[in-house]
This record gives sequence, C-alpha cells and structure tokens, in this order.
Amino acid sequence: MLEIKVLGPGCDNCKKLAYLTERAVTDLAIEAKIEKVTDYAEIMKYPILSTPGLVINEKLMVSGRIPSVAEITTFLTTALTTDD
Amino acid sequence: MTALPASFAEQRAWQIYLTVILAAVAWFATYSLIQPSANWLAYTAFRLTQGSHLGDAVAFFLYDIPKILLLLSGMIFIISIIRTFFSPERTRALLGGKREGLGNFLAAMLGIVTPFCSCSAVPLFIGFVESGIPLGVTFSFLIAAPTINEVAIVVLFGLFGWKVAGLYIASGLVIAFLAGLVIGRFQLERYVEDFVWKIHSGSSLGVEKLTWPMRIDRAWGSVKEIVGKVWLSVVVAIAVGAAIHGYVPESALVGIMGKQAWWSVPAAVLIGIPLYSNAAGMIPIVSALIEKGASLGTALAFMMAVVGLSLPEAIILRRVLKPQLLVIFFGTVAAAIVITGYLFNWIL
Repeated sequence: MLEIKVLGPGCDNCKKLAYLTERAVTDLAIEAKIEKVTDYAEIMKYPILSTPGLVINEKLMVSGRIPSVAEITTFLTTALTTDD
Repeated sequence: MTALPASFAEQRAWQIYLTVILAAVAWFATYSLIQPSANWLAYTAFRLTQGSHLGDAVAFFLYDIPKILLLLSGMIFIISIIRTFFSPERTRALLGGKREGLGNFLAAMLGIVTPFCSCSAVPLFIGFVESGIPLGVTFSFLIAAPTINEVAIVVLFGLFGWKVAGLYIASGLVIAFLAGLVIGRFQLERYVEDFVWKIHSGSSLGVEKLTWPMRIDRAWGSVKEIVGKVWLSVVVAIAVGAAIHGYVPESALVGIMGKQAWWSVPAAVLIGIPLYSNAAGMIPIVSALIEKGASLGTALAFMMAVVGLSLPEAIILRRVLKPQLLVIFFGTVAAAIVITGYLFNWIL
C-alpha cells in the first residue's frame, strides 16, 4: 500500500493537488492512504520551499506546482514497482 | 527525476514547437483585428454615435476586454516560460552567502521571476532563514514576490504602455529593497517565532532538469490557471473603468486625488490596506481614475497597498512572525509605498 501525503496549509493549490491525487489513485484502482498535512512544522520536515508538495512513501516528488494527473499516475506506478 | 507526462512521451517535440508557432501567428492576427472590430461593432452594428458618452464607453469596453485578455494569455505564457528557470530552490541557492544591500537588491529582482503563491510564504520564509539568508534579504524577497504581480504588469502595459508598467516594476523593486534593508538593520531575529529556528529540514530537492516541451507544457498550464482565475474580475473592472471613462467628467478627481492634495498618498495607502483584491481587477479602475485627474503616484500607491499589504498574507505570516515583527513589516512596507507614491507624483 502506498502512503501518500499532500503538503500544504489548505490553500486552493493544495486542495487541487489533493483532488488530482485522489483521482489518479481511483483511476489506477490501487490501495493508498492519502493524508493532508497542513501543519507547517510537519510540512517543513520534508525538503520543501514552496507548497503544494506531494510525498509518496516518505519521498518528496513535487513541490511548488500542481502536476498533471498523468504525471501523478507516473509517480504512483513507479512507486508501486519499487515498492516491496 | 520527474518522468515525462504521458501526453508528451507520445508527442514529438517538433509538433509542440509547431503548435506554439501557430498559436503565436493566430495571436498576432487576432490582436491586430481588435480595434477595427470594436469600432465597427460600437459605431456601425450598434449605431452608437462616435463621441457620445455611451458610444465611447461601449467602444472602450469592446476594445479593452479582448485586448487585455489576449495580452494576459500571451505575456503570462512568456513570463511562465521564464519562471521555469527560477525555482524557489534555485533562488535560495542564488541568495545564499550574499551580503545585505546586494542581497536585498537581488532578492527583490528574484521576487519578480520566482513562482510564488502567498500560502508558500511560510515554508519559503523558514527555508530561507534556515539556510542562513539574512532576515532583511528574506523580507525583500517576500515583499517583492506578491507586490510585483505578473498580471498587474501585463494589464498596466496594456492600458498605459511600457513606461507605466516599468515604473510599477521599479517602484516595487525600490519598496522591497528599502523595506528589507530597514528591517535588516533592526536585528529583529528575536521576533521570529522560536520554532522556526529549531527546524532542520533535509537538503532540498535538486533542481529539476526540464526539457523545452516540458517548459512549454508547464507555462501553458499556468496560463490556463492564472487567466482562468482572473478573467472575470478583469472583465468586471474594465466595465467599471469603461463607465468611468464615458460618464465621469474630465478632471473631476484632480481636487481629491491629484498632485496638489498632499494627503492623498497616505490616504490611498490607508484605504488600500484592508481592501484585498487581485491586482488585475484593480488596474482598469485605477486607470480610469488616472484619466479623470488622479495622479499616477497616488494611484500606484493605492494599488501597491491593495496588492502588497494584504490581511490574508498577514494572517499566514503570523505563524512564523511574532506580532511586533508583523507590525514592523507592515509599517515599513506601508511607509515605503507612501514614499514611492510621493516620488512618482514629484518626478512625473
């Protein structure tokens, strides 16, 4: 199962990223836990300078922009193949 | 590290370049047709009299809306392409180890080209301060980034020409430089919330390697996003501007917003602080005010106060700044805006 975190204080960009991620997960029909991290101290544990950020299995994939669903899908499938 | 989006893996690069070229040609063709079609619609199709209040207001509206929207799409695309070269990570690396003064200047410049959304103000602040960038330099960046707004640049350029757009950029740079320099002088580190100093985030993401098709793809994405967000407020503002243009008598505002009224600049800033609007929506109104006798410095100060000093941003920054520093930050920026307002009233 993939552990996905969406980093961001809750502005429009973060909501949009969370929405797109959920869509990518549903499209792939994979098991994943999506968590929204809104606390700045928590967010800053990842090497991030601008929100929103997307973390898959504790690895920061994107920061400071909203990737497309296609791109998120690629991240997810790559994470799945490297997942044990 | 980022995989190519699937749509691009299929498309060949030359197809993307060709699309961009065709779009550019279509853009220029449409742009050159706006004035004749607006006049034709207003004066021939609607049978309005040239020179009448209604006729002029309608022609102004029909001409400005497609013009501004086209300019917005075209120029946001170009600006977004430039921005793909400046990630916040890169900006931080560029600012690292710079002294105050030069650092403030560079930070203000980078504030224009680094992509920035106000909800990123906190991580950015923490990331900058943590990596040893002086507080004043960090503030220069944080002031310039929202104040010098790309949409505002485009709309100002569209309505007034490059001189006023240039003045706007210059005044934003001066404000960010001065305010950051002053804040840096005061040794205010103790007013930063304590948890900020305790954070040690890992090394940041490396700078992504982007190909040109990827840059084009991202730039197109931000055109859709930004224009989608502001087009309605721009249209409404242009309508209000057109009404002022057609109906408010010439020089009606000289008395209250002209150069002679010395108090108009601070008053404009005070009124601007609680207002929170996007710059794009403001400008057509401001432009109509200027036309009716408000002086340029006063109008720009008003706009800067609305854009650069926003309550939502203050609330976000309160998470990392103690109230004292927040007040100093706002006070310094407000003072800098007033000074620039006077400066422009005086030199123009």
